[in-house]
Amino acid sequence: MDIPYTVMPRRDTGLYNAKLGIWLFLASEVMLFGALFSSYILLRVGSYPGVWPHGLLNVPIGTVNTLVLICSSVTVVLGWAALKANQFAKYRKIQSVTLACAVTFCCIKSYEYYDKFTHYEVVLKDGRVIDGHLVEKVGGGQVVNGTKQHPEAIVIHGVEFPAEAKAAGMAKVPLLHNLEKASGHHLEHKEFRIPWSDTKKVQNYGPWHNTYLAIYFTMTGLHALHVIGGALVMGWIWGPGGAMWKTDPERYTNRVEVSGLFWHFVDLVWIFLFPILYLL
Amino acid sequence: MSHSTKTAHAPAHGAHHSGGDHHDPGFWSKYIFSTDHKVIGIQYGVSSLIFLLLGFMLMLAMRWQIAYPGKPIPVVGALLEAVLGQPASGGVMGADLYNAFGAMHGTIMVFLGVVPLGFAAFGNYLVPLQIGAPDMAFPRINMASFWSFLIGGLIMMVSFFIPGGAAQGGWTSYSPLATTIPTDGQTYWIIGMVFLITSSLLGSVNFIATVIQLRAPGMSWMRMPFFTWAQFVTAFILLLAFPPLEAAAVLQLMDKVAGTSFYLPTGLIAGGKLADISGGGSPLLWQHLFWFLAHPEVYVLILPAMGIVGEIITNNSRKPMFGYRSLVYSALAVGFISFIVWAHHMYLTGMGTKISTFFQTTTMIISVPSVIILTCLFLSLWGGSIRFNSAMLFALAFLPMFGIGGLTGLPLGFNFSDIHLHDSYYVIAHFHYVVAPGSIFALFAGVYHWYPKATGRKMNEWLGKLHFAGSFVFMNLIFFPMFVQGIAGMSRRMSDGGASYMVSDATADVIGRLAKSVIDMNVGISVAAFLLGVSQIPFIINFFVSIFRGEKVTSDNPWDATTLEWQTPTPPPHGNFTEPMKVYRGPYEYSVPGAARDYLPQNQPSRA
Repeated sequence: MDIPYTVMPRRDTGLYNAKLGIWLFLASEVMLFGALFSSYILLRVGSYPGVWPHGLLNVPIGTVNTLVLICSSVTVVLGWAALKANQFAKYRKIQSVTLACAVTFCCIKSYEYYDKFTHYEVVLKDGRVIDGHLVEKVGGGQVVNGTKQHPEAIVIHGVEFPAEAKAAGMAKVPLLHNLEKASGHHLEHKEFRIPWSDTKKVQNYGPWHNTYLAIYFTMTGLHALHVIGGALVMGWIWGPGGAMWKTDPERYTNRVEVSGLFWHFVDLVWIFLFPILYLL
Repeated sequence: MSHSTKTAHAPAHGAHHSGGDHHDPGFWSKYIFSTDHKVIGIQYGVSSLIFLLLGFMLMLAMRWQIAYPGKPIPVVGALLEAVLGQPASGGVMGADLYNAFGAMHGTIMVFLGVVPLGFAAFGNYLVPLQIGAPDMAFPRINMASFWSFLIGGLIMMVSFFIPGGAAQGGWTSYSPLATTIPTDGQTYWIIGMVFLITSSLLGSVNFIATVIQLRAPGMSWMRMPFFTWAQFVTAFILLLAFPPLEAAAVLQLMDKVAGTSFYLPTGLIAGGKLADISGGGSPLLWQHLFWFLAHPEVYVLILPAMGIVGEIITNNSRKPMFGYRSLVYSALAVGFISFIVWAHHMYLTGMGTKISTFFQTTTMIISVPSVIILTCLFLSLWGGSIRFNSAMLFALAFLPMFGIGGLTGLPLGFNFSDIHLHDSYYVIAHFHYVVAPGSIFALFAGVYHWYPKATGRKMNEWLGKLHFAGSFVFMNLIFFPMFVQGIAGMSRRMSDGGASYMVSDATADVIGRLAKSVIDMNVGISVAAFLLGVSQIPFIINFFVSIFRGEKVTSDNPWDATTLEWQTPTPPPHGNFTEPMKVYRGPYEYSVPGAARDYLPQNQPSRA
């Protein structure tokens, strides 16, 4: 039994099966990310005025990552074009750049995640808030009766917000950041050594910290899964799957095209994610 | 069996590997890990019928609790206590267990029962046959779809047995309720749903690609059987409506496991104390995302049923389908409009009267194509010489039952009357008339109708009619009184069947209270539900015994049908057709004047 149009296009639709399939899949993906973008809008519009944080992410790093993905989008097309021109070696060379871009993107993204997970907000019992990066946790950490012991002290390199800022109804540190930006005066960055007994709440900038970080981690995390998935598939086609070029070049080229279409979609999602999370 | 020699190794995209037959596939690759759309269809069919029975059993246990609150469930009560422990202590269904069974009844019936049966089972088996294709466009993805479905279903089943039990937030899983109930059941529910959504994504991509790419020569769009059209529209709905639920599920999963507050508002009090969360979330967001799927989902439940009924009515009334083009355009219109009616489930959320008015308007508009479809199916009977076999009886019953279900939806679609009826038994009665005596009757009809093609034997007519009579009577005895209860104001969420709201003193102010006569209907409904279960026994016997003992069909086309699935060997071999199909005419050429027989198959070139 042979299924028609697996390699050559059907005349009235102009498509081979897999190409139609990937476009349908992408339509579904548009709805998936569309729902998340809509959620972002609804949550942001629904937040209390002035609470939505700005400037928590590093724009230059995000810009570099955007360029990395755009570069990979170009090379994925050039690689496919090389196959169309029957130049397999050239394809391998160009597509290796695509794969390198994918890996670079993931590395930069992990660095950004790491930066957030080591960024702490420490609310003290007297109402002051220390906000900055973790230098070290002193002592503690040993497990007693199944629970991890608190450290004796925590060392943070960052800034101190006075208790009055909180008393003025500014409950959220992102708001303090906004305040710092708006007023234009810089708070002094230095190292704070805080005994654990002085702290009321110690929390890092994970998804649990606020709604902005929640949607940031969810959307970029889901996007990163797409990047990793796409890179694995393209890597397989590029490496071990390359044997098909000798037996069935048409079909092999189709595979590269279809995976490339997916890759463009992944890039396109990032083109929307970058402004809404980093810039706006 | 020469057609199936390449089953296991036939590559998904393998038009070019035409040479070199492989050896016969073994049992596993032929019946279990099969890529043949017919085997996958049957796998889907059998597993979803089992899930339907299970979902029904959950409801029977709940019906006992509603009719006789606080009394031990006879027979199964002890079993429930042995398996589930405390929630069923003393054989009595506690409120937590009632909630869990209620949530899982809805989930199982919708996502594991009716959709897989109507769309995946019938669609898989019939769509490639009806368009003259050798298989689905992506057979291996088709297999992945089924296994993803089964894993999702198993995760749902496992959740009954974890500490705390299955999800209790209703099949709608509204947050913050679903998020804050202290059990992991909801997490299992979400993960199970992700597998089910993946399954439906793989299936719908496959269906659409198959219909667009693999139609046989001559099978133009307006020659496609209505069933295939219905499946085609359904596939689009699944493709585009399910991903927002997946997004919603991911956000709820983050709320459950990563401590985010997507759906949890600031100041949320859970379990009597302020929740330790960042807050700032929106409960309304879940409802929007959920109903963006779940309203189109209603049409996923009903469109395949309409397709089945269309085929069976036309075939058994021996005349062309009335208004074939209107049916096709109406199905497309329903599919499109179904995406812009979702918030009519949310009139009481305080989202605003302007938005309510918009969704009320679109809701009224979508009833137009639905009525066109039903009217065309009714008119198809006009002047026909009708054969009343089991399949036809179920298909005929579908029409008034779906009519009742549809018309009683109008008061729910108007936001002013919905204020009174919202969340009452009226709602239950309404959507069950659409889905239970509606869709499920159509699915039964489909089983009786296509059984001879899949097995080579007919199901027993006498048992079929017994099954029909019992199902028809008891379905109505169950759901019609619920309209009365709902209009009287009985809430659908009470685990004691409303007893705590009963008026004990006849002279008391009855506002917000329920009369005894309304509560007493619970007993009659529960008896009818039990008898409905008994009425399914003839079907179960018939379904299995007929495989071996049923009357053998004497031709490949026992119902004298026109569409291509009957122009194959019985049962169809791997690859479906023994000769290349070419289509010369429309799908319903019955009783053509001047033709030798009263039907002309689509692949028959001349009228001779």
